[in-house]
Amino acid sequence: MELTNLEAVPGRTIVRHLGLVQGSTVRSKHVGRDFLAGLKNFVGGELRAYTELLNESRAEAIERMVAQASAAGANAVVNVRFATSNIAAGAAEVMAYGTAVVLE
Amino acid sequence: MELLVQLGIFAVLLLVGLVFGRASEKRHFREIRRREAELRDVLVFNERRPPHDREFRQATLVVGSVVIAEDYFKRIAAGLRGFFGGRVTVYESLMDRGRREAVLRMKEEARRLGATMVFNVRFETSSLAVDGGAQTPMFSAEFIAYGTALVPR
Repeated sequence: MELTNLEAVPGRTIVRHLGLVQGSTVRSKHVGRDFLAGLKNFVGGELRAYTELLNESRAEAIERMVAQASAAGANAVVNVRFATSNIAAGAAEVMAYGTAVVLE
Repeated sequence: MELLVQLGIFAVLLLVGLVFGRASEKRHFREIRRREAELRDVLVFNERRPPHDREFRQATLVVGSVVIAEDYFKRIAAGLRGFFGGRVTVYESLMDRGRREAVLRMKEEARRLGATMVFNVRFETSSLAVDGGAQTPMFSAEFIAYGTALVPR
């Protein structure tokens, strides 16, 4: 499965369009992480635990999007976009969406 | 007495934020400049179409992300600034840091793939409220930079 956020894959031709596919996940940080992040907050700087958490979430969202795309018979997803939203205290939604296509 | 203790805690937190927060920001900026110089040859474009006269072996999505939080000093300084209005420099540097770090991580991923260019780069920023144990949440934000890494043939 090829993933790109370009409108097409350079050097390849799109033979079929299979429509929008998307994947998302909602995750919350566990208490230990939240506590450490709370301490870190007085000093500021990178919150590594959160960076990791959101990276894992993004990988999961991509995986779900890819699963949807391959179920539709696609071999690539083009024009991929990401969105993150903070839906509740301590929980974040990460979403990936794009257009499933068949490359020749 | 209680007031005095609270004032003391406030002063300590402010000082910790000012000293350690500023030191870590300075360190981070030094690190960013060093890595930017190192990764200068990975070209980044927000142009949507890659050049037609080049051949590419591979096009892969690359993402860089980072979560950065404010320190106590920044928070108080921003609060004061909010009272008078104007440029909130303490947050400007925070956003700048986060975004540059995200781009660097994206470039590092591109470099690992052997790419020389990243096209159609997009930014995404979202603020995450983190409860710092205090009554009001502290501000932290996630920065993402993503694009398509192109590996030359």
